[in-house]
Amino acid sequence: MIENVSRRDFFKTSGALVLAVAFPDAHAQAQAPLEPNAFIRIGADSTVTVIVKHLEMGQGTYTGLPTLVAEELDADWAQMRVEGAPADAKRYNNLFWGEAQGTGGSSSLPNSYEQLRKAGAAARFMLLGSAAERWKVPAKDITIAKGVVLHKKTGRRAKFGDLVAGAMTQVVPADVPLKDPKDFVYIGKGTQPRTDARAKSTGAAIYTQDVKLPGMLTAVVLHPPRFGAKLKSFDAAKAKSIPGVVNVVQFSTSATNGVAVLAKDYWTAKKGRDAVTAEWDETGALRLSSADIMADYKRLAVTPGTVAHKSGDIESAMKSAAKTVEAAYEFPFLAHASMEPMNCVVALGSEGCEIWNGEQFQTVDQMTVAQLVDLKPEQVKLNMLYAGGSFGRRANPHSDYLLEAAAIAKANGEQRPVKLVWGREDDMRAGYYRPMYYHELEAGLDDKGELIAWRHAIVGQSILTGTAFEGMMVKNGVDATSVEGAANLPYAIPNRLLELHSPKLAVPVQWWRSVGSTHTAYATECFLDDIARATGKDPLALRRTLLAQHPRHLAALELAAKQAGWGKPLGKDKARGIAVHESFDTVVAQVVEVSRQKDAVHIDRVVCAVDCGVAVNPHIVAMQMESGIGYGLSAALAGAITLKEGAVEQSNFHDYPVVRMNQMPKIEVHIVPSSAKPTGVGEPATPVIAPALANALAALNGSPLRSLPLKEVNFT
Amino acid sequence: MIALSVNGRPFTVEAESDTPLLWVLRDSLEMTGTKFGCGMALCGACTVHMDGKPIRSCVTPLSAAIGRRITTIEHIGNLKVGRAVQDAWVAESVPQCGYCQSGQVMSATALLSSNKNPTDAQIDAAMSGNICRCATYPRIRAAIKRAAKKLAT
Repeated sequence: MIENVSRRDFFKTSGALVLAVAFPDAHAQAQAPLEPNAFIRIGADSTVTVIVKHLEMGQGTYTGLPTLVAEELDADWAQMRVEGAPADAKRYNNLFWGEAQGTGGSSSLPNSYEQLRKAGAAARFMLLGSAAERWKVPAKDITIAKGVVLHKKTGRRAKFGDLVAGAMTQVVPADVPLKDPKDFVYIGKGTQPRTDARAKSTGAAIYTQDVKLPGMLTAVVLHPPRFGAKLKSFDAAKAKSIPGVVNVVQFSTSATNGVAVLAKDYWTAKKGRDAVTAEWDETGALRLSSADIMADYKRLAVTPGTVAHKSGDIESAMKSAAKTVEAAYEFPFLAHASMEPMNCVVALGSEGCEIWNGEQFQTVDQMTVAQLVDLKPEQVKLNMLYAGGSFGRRANPHSDYLLEAAAIAKANGEQRPVKLVWGREDDMRAGYYRPMYYHELEAGLDDKGELIAWRHAIVGQSILTGTAFEGMMVKNGVDATSVEGAANLPYAIPNRLLELHSPKLAVPVQWWRSVGSTHTAYATECFLDDIARATGKDPLALRRTLLAQHPRHLAALELAAKQAGWGKPLGKDKARGIAVHESFDTVVAQVVEVSRQKDAVHIDRVVCAVDCGVAVNPHIVAMQMESGIGYGLSAALAGAITLKEGAVEQSNFHDYPVVRMNQMPKIEVHIVPSSAKPTGVGEPATPVIAPALANALAALNGSPLRSLPLKEVNFT
Repeated sequence: MIALSVNGRPFTVEAESDTPLLWVLRDSLEMTGTKFGCGMALCGACTVHMDGKPIRSCVTPLSAAIGRRITTIEHIGNLKVGRAVQDAWVAESVPQCGYCQSGQVMSATALLSSNKNPTDAQIDAAMSGNICRCATYPRIRAAIKRAAKKLAT
């Protein structure tokens, strides 16, 4: 059974401040382990520890990356161990992000695919060399299978641990050959269990919420009632009179400000926080309500915006159109609402700062925290623990909650570690939402009903402006994350214009599982169905015609349609909807079946097809499709953060409902066979479910749905 | 000092009687398998058993647990049904982020302890108080059925 070494040792040594490095088992210490590179450690006990540079937040990277090593090393799955990498962008950078370390954009497996296969192949080469020397036989006559090194002719065999000493002196060629895919035993099979399944089924897995250090205090905070409000004064007398409350401090960072109550445990700190009264300076605070913001956005949409895509001649094409179709779509703010509310443990000293966190954004967090506590980035040590979900939230470009924890620890003095714990209400009201958006679309059709023009305007806050990513990803005033999925619309339309408006607003915003595609997929895929209805075309047939140049889109679409039985009669009060969308280089198509049951609608079935290149672990691919669909469905059915005079109206799962067991539809996942390099699967299922569902509902009821969430529909 | 029976062992804890059982378990007894998700009995991450019945420990005051048998995720695997549920969870690779799964396992174990062969509707009824943001619901359903099958043999 696979255990997570770092977590196990964490348990063993919890109390000590130095927890980031897992120590080899005691009996293995006599023989130093083989460390052929930054990613692999092979112990004398034959365990193979893979140092994973990405955060495990549910997407399966603690299984996916070890799979790549095990494949090239020909290890047995049972000998594999996992350890989270420390912060070190030189060794552990995300290869898609240049010099930065972090997890996001569905990139963990794709950016690591060759890197970790090569790491495994190098280790295998060294073990082979060691065996060849020991047995005095040619390396080419030695085989490795399931962790057993064998010289067939002489029957000599060894385990990895036996060969560690001799392997250290082997010189690895720069270009170690990789396996021929036809010889894969793990990649594409998915027979190996997740490395974290047992620990996460027994309560043994350690999250930030579970960290306890000697002398540690728990901090619970009072945040401003509105975005942009500043603390004027506070009265801590009542809080300080509660036994167990140790200190009450105020804090202010570039992301937020407020009051923190530090106590011996969470409940005492929470009682203390509830007893604090504060006065806020709200002169610069946001006072708008969601309806005001949407009204502003609608006014903006009809003014000229920044051109994000232009092809052909939209004006002439629209003038020559025999018929036009128009639609507008509205999207609310969305909270990530991961199961583990944001939290962070900070131990601050004059020589360094050590942090325990579901760490997703190492390089940014090191730099930002270092600045606050007057240290060098490398003096900020980050321990990456399991994250109880993130969906983008823990990769905050402003390091908001880490900064808050560090600022509280600093204000309290350096002597005691601090665990910042947000309650669900704090988490839901702290901002960093998927922005509100408004879309307007107009299509021009010629006299044969062919689509000749497509005009699209998007209004909504820029996620990246004002962050370290602005220079890289905001070009000519266009934030790539605002228009992805729309700027690169795959449909063959000769004349096309996309304009963007990025109004500033004091609501902190951030990427949310599948980022721009959360809204662009809905607007474009629903609008395409509008056009199909207007021209009397079948939605699948129309997409087929327009996607002739996009074989991956077509393949996913055809597979989903075939498996769903598209075109076969469903009977009375039933309907299907279809949508296809590419995000993070992965194409997902979904067909949703709905039925009318009295005055409600039931989602009978979701058929999902995905082209993600080589499916390294088909089971995890299927899990991520299901997960993405469930996450996207929560937003489609009920997800909305709304503002009333600047204050967030929602606070917990009663007013920010999410999909539960009884609402989860039956899902079938089909993978398009591919030999191309793998692409990500954590996000791309999310944006497709809402348009596929809305298209099914429009087919059922005859009228399109243009505002999310789908409040007007009563679902069973 | 308040006396408490957790996982078949006696404990005495120093806490106010209105402290939610969740925080007594996590902060006083250092049993961190039971998770904090919402604090309002809305998400089920904090589910434990009291006299064999599932309860939300985040809204159960310590005073209500006095003289009752409390069972948590740390112990449920020592019991036949709990072990079968955990094994099924691993076999179906249920957990993703995993944060809600202690609560899911406790709710599923309570269900299978009182209903050996639950229907889909009964699974819905028993499990819909437990939120999973990774939406592992299809695999939870499959794992409950797998555990039921295993327990029937």
